[in-house]
Order: sequence, then C-alpha cells, then structure tokens
Amino acid sequence: MTIAVSTRPGRPAASDWVRRLPEVLTIWVPLLLSAAHLIAFTLWTIWISFTPSTLVPVSGWVGLRNYSAVAASRNWQIALDNLVLFGSAFVLLSLATGLILAILLDQRIRGENVLRSIFLYPLAVSFVVTGTVWSWLLNPGLGIQKLVHDLGWTSFRFDWLIDRDMAIWTIVIAAIWQSSGFAMALFLAGLRSVDADLIKAAQIDGAGAVRMYRRVILPTLWPITITVIVIQLQFAISTFDLVRALTNGGPGIATQLPALVVYDLMFQRSLLGRGAAAAVLMLLLLLGVLLPYAAWRYVQRRRTIHA
Amino acid sequence: MRERSVAPSRILIYLILSLVAAAWLAPLAVVVLNSLRTNEEIAQGSMIGWPQHLAWSNYAAAWSGFCVAETCAGIRPYMLNSALVTVPATVFSTLLGAIAGYAVSLWRFRGDSWIYGIVTLGIFLPQQMRLLPWTIVLRDTGLMNTLTGLVLIHTIQGLSFTLLFCRNYYVAIPQELIRAARIDGAGFFRIFWRIILPLSPPILVVTVIWQFTHIWNEFLYGVTFTTGQQQPVTAALIALSAAVADIPQHGVQSAAVMIAALPTLLIYLIGGKYFVRGLTAGAVK
Repeated sequence: MTIAVSTRPGRPAASDWVRRLPEVLTIWVPLLLSAAHLIAFTLWTIWISFTPSTLVPVSGWVGLRNYSAVAASRNWQIALDNLVLFGSAFVLLSLATGLILAILLDQRIRGENVLRSIFLYPLAVSFVVTGTVWSWLLNPGLGIQKLVHDLGWTSFRFDWLIDRDMAIWTIVIAAIWQSSGFAMALFLAGLRSVDADLIKAAQIDGAGAVRMYRRVILPTLWPITITVIVIQLQFAISTFDLVRALTNGGPGIATQLPALVVYDLMFQRSLLGRGAAAAVLMLLLLLGVLLPYAAWRYVQRRRTIHA
Repeated sequence: MRERSVAPSRILIYLILSLVAAAWLAPLAVVVLNSLRTNEEIAQGSMIGWPQHLAWSNYAAAWSGFCVAETCAGIRPYMLNSALVTVPATVFSTLLGAIAGYAVSLWRFRGDSWIYGIVTLGIFLPQQMRLLPWTIVLRDTGLMNTLTGLVLIHTIQGLSFTLLFCRNYYVAIPQELIRAARIDGAGFFRIFWRIILPLSPPILVVTVIWQFTHIWNEFLYGVTFTTGQQQPVTAALIALSAAVADIPQHGVQSAAVMIAALPTLLIYLIGGKYFVRGLTAGAVK
C-alpha cells in the first residue's frame, strides 16, 4: 500500500481501477453532472437565442434577429431603464445604510447582538414574503397612507405603489430593507479587522473620531465595499421574486425588470428564441459586472503575493 | 458600570440604532398583528393596527381552510411540498458537496482544480439561463410538475455552493493527516468517514442552513416547473394573493405569510451565527 502514499498517484494498475471504482464514481459523477449541466445549459440557451424557436425549440439560424427584437421592444427598454435606476439607487442606499449601521454598532454598543440580529433577519425570509408584506404596507388604501389618513391627516399622500413614475422606488425600499443587513455584516467584519496599531498610532497623533474614520479606518474598507457593490449589483440584475410579489411589474409595465421580461417571453408569450436572447443579455449584464471584478481580484492577489 | 456621564453623542447613536431597528421590525410586527385581526377589522381600518381581540382562527383557516383555485386545503399541502423538496435537496447537496470538497481539497486527482472552478462558476450563472434546458430535461425524464424534479434541480445546482463552502473549509486541514492515514491503509471513504466527517460539523451546519434557507425561499423554479397542488409554498403564496384579490382576506393571508416564513425564521433564530457565517463565506468567493 506504500504506492498510494503520494498525494497525486501515478497511473494505477487495471485491478486497482476496479477496486477504486466506487470512489472514482462518487467523486466524478456529481461533479461532472454539475459541470456538464452548467456548460451544456449555457451553450444550449445561447444556441436557442440564434434560432427562430417560438413554442418549441427548433433548429435554424436567424442571426441576431432575436436580439434586435428584444432590444427594440418597449418592455426591454423599460426594464433596462428600471434596472439602471433600481440598481444604482438600491446599491448606493444599501451600501450607505449598511456602512452607517456598521460604524454605529462598532462603538461598543450595549445590545449589539440583538441589534445585529434585527438588521439581518430579513435575509432569512423569502423575497415572496418580503414583497407581499411591503405590498400591503405601501398600498395606499391599506398601509401607511391609510393609517395616516385614519389618524386625521387626510391630505397625506404616499401612493408610490400605484404611481407609474414612483413605483420602482417601492422595490428599492423593500430591497434595502431586505439586504442592507448583508452590507452591514461585511462592513462590521471589516471594521473589526482594522489593525489596532494603526488606530493607536492615529490616537497618539491626536486624531478625533471623525478624522480617524475618514483618514484611517474607512480607507481600509474599500476592498469590502467593492465586494458588496458587486454582490448587490448581481442581485439587482437578477431580481425577480421581489417584483413578482410586490408590483408584478406594474402599474402597467412600470416596474418591469430584465428577469421578468425573460419569464414573460419564455412562458407567457412562448417566444423561446427571444426569451433565450433576453436571458443571454442578462448574462452579459452580469459579466459586465463580474469580469472587471474578477480581473481586479486577480491583480489584488498578485500584488499581495509580490508585496 | 463605569462611572461616567453618558455623552450626548452616545445618546444619539442609541437613538438612531433604535429607530432603524424599529423600522426593520415594523413589517414583521405588522404581519404578526394582522394575523391576529379579523378580515373585517382590517377592512374597516388599515393593515397597521392593534388586534381588538386575538383572532387565532386566522391560523386555522390559513393552515387548512382557505381556497386556492378549486382546492380548499389551506397552506398545509404547500408547506408539505416545500418540506419534501427542501429537506432531501439540502441533505443530498450537502453530502455531495462535502465528499466532493474533500476529494478536491485533500485527495487531489487529475483535473481537480478545473472541475472545481467550473462547478463553482455555477454560483454566478443566472437561473434564467437554465430555465429552458431544465424544462426539456424535466419533460424528457417525466419529472415535470413533480417534487422529485425540484429536488434534482436544487441538488445539482446546490452543489456549486456546498462544494465552495466545504472545499474552503477542508483546505485548512493538513495534508499530513491524510497521508498518514493512507500509509495506514485507509481508503477514500474510510478517511472521509473517520477523519473528515468528525472535523466537519461547523461547516456542515453553515452549509445546511444556507441550503435550507435558499431552497425553502426559492420561487422561480417552483412557479415554472410545478402547478396546482404540486407547488412549493412560495409559489402558493403568490397564487393565494391572486386568488383573493377580489375579496381580500388580509387576516388569513397574514397568518399564511407567517406560517410560510416561520421555518427559515426559526432556523435564523437558532443558528443565526452560522447563517451569518454562510453569508460572509459566500461573499468572499
């Protein structure tokens, strides 16, 4: 049995293969299935996006016709506009909320654990639940507006849910409620890992609390900030459940987002080719976020190795 | 307690934190309170209010009474569906992820880093890219509109996450431990069973909580690949909202939302530390 000592064994004998069959199968079958489904599914969806498929997948080649049809559709244009607005507002606001909460919690607060749990619990519930509950709270005839009216202030208006121009902000509100805690958790971990000597040195130099954060602590947080931005953008691009439960894309198509367009094309209009094209466009949007991030991570890693 | 007067800035910090905490708890409070108010009471006022008397009957109605489409069995069958999908898929994906993570990190074999890289890329591939292929796979295997189909999807897709978690945990285990065991004649499975598994509880808890929460809360596959009585509870909640749109029953609906959210909320309450560890571990990918 001493042959098998090396961590990368050489070519084993044939009888050895038979004996090792169970472990080889256990290792490879799930991994290969998973890898194969990722590669095959991606390639297949890309292929369908170039075919004239409608109700069922068919072969054939229509070039970029599906893509131009999707890009020219009002649905997709509104979805993209919404994504830009929702993505930037949600990412910036949840980043700010998370950072402020993390800094406040880092001030040796009593009850920190309880507060942290409160800010994080929305992450444990589904977007369907979040969307449903916020659709009640933001419904002018049921929620906050109705409450204020019942209290006597009858001219109060908070009807974004049924306002075409403002409805997308209801999604921003619910998304911030759901996932600011995530940014907070990462920032808090970052704050806790700031070099204590760095802080001590700044204190000796007589830096006040505000100066300390601006000059010493916050600059160390920017790698975490970028990670949070990328993850939140990734979430924004693929948002589906939350909108389905909160506005269902409405009023009209005012809160349409790319993931809803894909679903609509594939399963409600049975335009498989166009649906696949919209899915590929979503993937490209994601890659537009993830590839620069991966490149940045790669450069960072090389830098720390060479430093 | 230190003898020190409380600075105004400290009061401000506590004030801000309490206000945000109240805002964060408000939606939960509203659902809990509404689940105890009658539909009529809510209809007369708003969704935000104190119960006049505790209407526990909402929970009974939500659990086994109200009607979605033609069936009037409440939320119970859909909760059962969710459990029958979530529990097996969590167990399978975690177990497979642990074995694969052990193989990739400690056993090492030709192509290990390649296959690891490809499988973990699955974390980033949007569901929309897989919807049509899964439709065809499920149809051709006769698993369309079955819970088994959803278990299959979540097991295979969950492997991307479970492999990442377990592999990153196992790389910290010294190779010498494995080498010594192999010299003693222990094989792949024996080492996994005797050495790796006993070291694994921390990462298995994180992985199980992560998988359970994600699969329980999943909606898109549930609504796409199942209909009617086969749907998981997330899809059923949407169907319920649509079904009662004409005659709202907000008390019963609130109770249904509470019941649907309870399993993952309980897990968060019990294993919050591990839940957060999973979140941050997933982020450092």
